[in-house]
Amino acid sequence: MTILGVPTQALFGQLLIGLINGAFYALLSLGLSVIFGLLNIINFTHGAQYMMGAFTAYFLLHWAGLGYWWSLLLAPIAVAITGVVLERTTLKRLYQLDHLYGLLLTFGFALIIQGLFRNQYGSSGLPYAMPAELAGGRNLGFMFLPNYRAWVIVFSLAVCLATWYVIERTRLGSYLRAATENPALVQAFGINVPRMITLTYGFGVGLAALAGVLAAPIYQVNPLMGADLIIVVFAVVVIGGLGSIMGSIVTGFGLGVVEGFTKVFYPEASNTVIFVIMAVVLLLRPAGLFGRAS
Amino acid sequence: MTATTDRYVDTTLPAVAGVSPPHLIAFLVMTAALVAAPFFVYPVFLMKALCFALFACAFNLLIGYVGLLSFGHAVFLGSAGYGAAHSAKVWGFPPELAILFGTAAATALGAVIGALAIRSKGIYFANITLAFAQMVYFFSLQAAFTGGEDGIQSVPRGTLLGMLNLTDTLTLYFVVLAIFLIGFLLIFRAIHSPFGQVLKAIRENEPRAISLGYRAERYKLLAFVLSATFAGLAGATKALVFQLASLTDVHWTMSGEVVLMTLLGGLGTVFGPVVGAFIVVTLENYLAQLGAWVTVVQGVIFVVCVLTFRRGVMGELGNFLRKSL
Repeated sequence: MTILGVPTQALFGQLLIGLINGAFYALLSLGLSVIFGLLNIINFTHGAQYMMGAFTAYFLLHWAGLGYWWSLLLAPIAVAITGVVLERTTLKRLYQLDHLYGLLLTFGFALIIQGLFRNQYGSSGLPYAMPAELAGGRNLGFMFLPNYRAWVIVFSLAVCLATWYVIERTRLGSYLRAATENPALVQAFGINVPRMITLTYGFGVGLAALAGVLAAPIYQVNPLMGADLIIVVFAVVVIGGLGSIMGSIVTGFGLGVVEGFTKVFYPEASNTVIFVIMAVVLLLRPAGLFGRAS
Repeated sequence: MTATTDRYVDTTLPAVAGVSPPHLIAFLVMTAALVAAPFFVYPVFLMKALCFALFACAFNLLIGYVGLLSFGHAVFLGSAGYGAAHSAKVWGFPPELAILFGTAAATALGAVIGALAIRSKGIYFANITLAFAQMVYFFSLQAAFTGGEDGIQSVPRGTLLGMLNLTDTLTLYFVVLAIFLIGFLLIFRAIHSPFGQVLKAIRENEPRAISLGYRAERYKLLAFVLSATFAGLAGATKALVFQLASLTDVHWTMSGEVVLMTLLGGLGTVFGPVVGAFIVVTLENYLAQLGAWVTVVQGVIFVVCVLTFRRGVMGELGNFLRKSL
């Protein structure tokens, strides 16, 4: 069976890969958006923190004997704590300055972290085994669906939607949104805004680390796994509209799928398609698909 | 009335054609040092530093005087390198035409990317330029004429204007020095012209500049294209010096490096980018055998600069001497 001259097997295979990549784009751009919303900085360390999540899972397995499921819980918390320390000690000193300094500082941290891991573990990847419960797959008739990949898609979608719910529909989220608009006023109402900023940064970083743990069994655990990925995620964020929660989720998954299909129909452009879309979106809607014009 | 206004008039020595004495002295010291340098230091190393210094000056034109942080400036360095290398090697262009062709390629690319990116500001601008740079990187990786992972190798240096044989290292050095000085002076002239004043006005308060009748977008685009052109000039020259155009020069790490050089030397200072480029290139030269430690050191410099040393070397020096350098 073929669609537009492409075997359905290949088409659905790429759709699946697209959804997997989309899940990572969504988780990472969601974290970037949450951080940007409150801190007004672009967290360039995000890719390194994604990599740290994967490495923490690897360390937990080899040093503490804790498997995948424990890592899924503990690695994001551990990396989030390093994020909180980073914010408390350095980032918070830059809030009065031009936002570009935040970008430069986090870029510096990304270089340091990636450099240190590369010194220790080289550039080749370390294998991380899939959890036994999710090994294998099922035949859906038109394609073969590996269980682990289905889990990644469903789980990241659930995390994204839960984040959206907390921010858009709960009291805590309303404080967060209010502080995005006017931190001084929110502080005057007796809410500890600096603490909220710190925890928000920790949460965004935790999301990146979670994506790292999810990625570990699919891609290898590699010091540079986040270095190039983060630039694609920046483009995703520009397309979705910086600071928009739902925008990050929808464009993340959507662009993953578009990229997947490009691999089928015009493989030469698969690396660049997201950037081309970004250029077109910038021409038509400079604030992004879901962003509000400033 | 006059007594109060007098305080705002520069009462230091009279400036000649916009060139203040500290600038003139610093320029003469720099030129003298660079003319003498190849007799003491390995010339190829100096040429590398000069190319990066011009690249950093071009970048500084944008960040220092328009307030726009481009995180994709390697595109212009790299594409001009490809242009110069391809035209010299495949089409047999003489070096002067190859450099012009490479620079023109960077200018054209700068016009396209600039037109798209200039509509945004601050972090968005940094993000968008970075994304475009990555797009050009992937294009360079796949296109046939760039040689992909191998790059364009053994580019002929040729004979400049049919007179100067550039295979002689010392001759090449003085040609590179001349290119650097011409670029440096043109950038200096642009910054201190009425055009440069308008750019600074836009940086300080864009709505006000617009309300005074300046078309801010045009000025910003022109500044972007100029910056791309000089970055291209640096890249084209670099390709001839090293007889190589490769993916390294289009990669985002190179864009990060030029930010580092400018930040370390002093954002918005005239001589800062030159000093920063020489420091970073020297550092990399000594750390080269340590592999990934180079990245770590670069990261540490970034962090230290942003947290405690935001004025950079020349900014701090100027502050100490109470002179603008």
